[in-house]
Amino acid sequence: MSAGYRVSHLEALEAESIFVIREVVAELERPALLFSGGKDSVVMLRLAQKAFAPAAVPFPVLHVDTGHNFPEVIAFRDQQVAGFGLQLIVASVPEALETGLVHEPVDGSRNRIQTPVLLAAVEKYRFNALFGGARRDEEKARAKERVFSFRDEFGQWDPKNQRPELWSLYNGRHHPGESIRVFPLSNWTELDVWHYLAAEEIPLPAIYFAHEREVVERDGMLYGVNEFLPARPGEQPRVRRVRYRTVGDASCTAAVPSEAATIEQVIAEVAATRITERGATRGDDRVSEAAMEDRKREGYF
Amino acid sequence: MTSPAATAGVAMASPAEMLRFATAGSVDDGKSTLIGRLLFDTKTLFTDQLAAVEAVSAARGDEYTDLALLTDGLRAEREQGITIDVAYRYFATPRRKFIIADTPGHIQYTRNMVTGASTADLALILVDARNGLVEQSRRHAFLCTLLRVPHLVLCVNKMDLVDWSEQVFEQIAGEFSAFATKLAAPDLSVIPISALHGDNIVTRSAHMPWYEGPSLLHHLEHVHVASDRNLVDVRFPVQCVIRPQSNAVRDYRGYAGQVASGVLKPGDEVMVLPSGLTTTIASIDTADGPVPEAFPPMSVTVRLADELDVSRGDLICRPHNAPSVTQDIDAMICWLDGARPLAPGTKYTIKHTTRSARAVVRDLYYRLDVNTLHRDESAESLRLNEIGRVRLRTTVPLLADEYRRNRTTGGFIVIDEQTNRTVGAAMIV
Repeated sequence: MSAGYRVSHLEALEAESIFVIREVVAELERPALLFSGGKDSVVMLRLAQKAFAPAAVPFPVLHVDTGHNFPEVIAFRDQQVAGFGLQLIVASVPEALETGLVHEPVDGSRNRIQTPVLLAAVEKYRFNALFGGARRDEEKARAKERVFSFRDEFGQWDPKNQRPELWSLYNGRHHPGESIRVFPLSNWTELDVWHYLAAEEIPLPAIYFAHEREVVERDGMLYGVNEFLPARPGEQPRVRRVRYRTVGDASCTAAVPSEAATIEQVIAEVAATRITERGATRGDDRVSEAAMEDRKREGYF
Repeated sequence: MTSPAATAGVAMASPAEMLRFATAGSVDDGKSTLIGRLLFDTKTLFTDQLAAVEAVSAARGDEYTDLALLTDGLRAEREQGITIDVAYRYFATPRRKFIIADTPGHIQYTRNMVTGASTADLALILVDARNGLVEQSRRHAFLCTLLRVPHLVLCVNKMDLVDWSEQVFEQIAGEFSAFATKLAAPDLSVIPISALHGDNIVTRSAHMPWYEGPSLLHHLEHVHVASDRNLVDVRFPVQCVIRPQSNAVRDYRGYAGQVASGVLKPGDEVMVLPSGLTTTIASIDTADGPVPEAFPPMSVTVRLADELDVSRGDLICRPHNAPSVTQDIDAMICWLDGARPLAPGTKYTIKHTTRSARAVVRDLYYRLDVNTLHRDESAESLRLNEIGRVRLRTTVPLLADEYRRNRTTGGFIVIDEQTNRTVGAAMIV
């Protein structure tokens, strides 16, 4: 590493993310890390562990559970939490449906009703900073988001009124009730995440790798058939070899055809793909040109 | 951390280095076309992104696909057909990973350009070959120099529309070089291009055999940035103290931070500011084990041989090479806030490295016209996008270097105490 005092781009990204995570803990009293068991949150957790080693991660992890889960991912989440001795807080959409905080949307997708559940958990635990694994390369509204992203007392994001962010001087100041979303992976790309997972030998849920699954084709995407996403009348489920590029709500996250069974094969596949990860896998982003921006304004991740 | 190439072979090699660059120019200069071209030719532009842009363009009745839609991600930007904010884009070649801070060019967005330039290793300024240098080009060059962006590249675009004329190019290049010299711009390259047709973007153009320099991408891949870092002045701002509450590592006490400049090694004699106490470095730790040295941009944890009172906002340096410890700060300041102008007598919070303080504006020496560089000493305030020289008095000493010598310990932000908004960006002189 010391040859010419150079660092690789992954080392530079890691150093920047660790700096960001430490700034949050130094300046904001009650952070939590959004942890879904997805690859980005797994990388973020590893960075948080590195930032404070040999001390423990000084904040809890928060999972917004839509109830529409891939069982492999929930098992992975619980295994990580137990293995690292983390404090897990689950903000449960099914519970919120029972209490009437939210109502089941007619289209069956719980994507949008996650937001009030998340905001209720923020209020209950008085979190004033939430680490999210979102990356700027994911989506065009996210390309404009700050590393420290201010949220008003309703959890809303105002894209036109963002704080300028210069050098590495992050401004986390806020009034009571307001909060900051922090995105330590802002400058990482999907490929960077995979290179890092490989370099650090970080385990992932099995659904990220090629496997046989019963799927239906819908709007040009392959959806795994499960209890939350049954085949519709007229749809013919077929067994295909697929993997998931992203892990989200099981009712709206699609798989991609893939033969990539190892991390090296996934990297080769991601490097060659011509479709963005959200474009390939997220039904929820197809609603409109600005679907992500609109959800984020309401307080989405 | 082991390098991925070492663990898994060439098939998964990731780029070696990172380069951050800011682009300045307006849609008319072909900036969006250039960025679209770079993304497209490095296979970073995805088919679904392109399809989405084509669909929106077609629906609006554009005559050609408007690549600006790629970077104009916000609803308001699309509706108004303008770029409001800095957009970050990413692409990589086998040599380097690039982060583009795409900034809008017009004067009302000086704020965004300053933001994008603050972290850039290189700034790319575009001009239209038909128009030559305009007021805006000079302003961009000035702002990049003010922010001490180490490398400038002037792209003379639309060469196809001036018949690939060497004479036109040479005249613009000469005029810009003279201006850049006046600004003391550190390193300048000038490249004739046609973003629309791809000339001199990835490969050398056959239309301009008289141009003997590299293509733009070749230049971006090879420009020497490693020596831009300051490896001389040891500056380690302490972010937080690592003190595990665990029996396994009971006596552990380390100071976490990111090396701003210089090289730290175990055994080095160091001084902690503002106390001025000296000790030696016992070890430099990372989660992956101790390291023999630390240099920018590494994030590490430093342990000291003696138990000193060190906390967030303190700075570790060498005894004979220390920043100033001062409460009186002279700085060039760019005002970022539209609601309230900067005025002498006002109090603000400032954040400088990991240290925050309150500050009062004692004096506004002058306001600088960013187009003519004229100094207006009669100015009584700085409004949005205006730049001036000020004197501040802070409640606690800052551990400050001149910005021209150190972009990390020389820059600070100004925060409005009522709104908590970031309202100013300042560079210590």
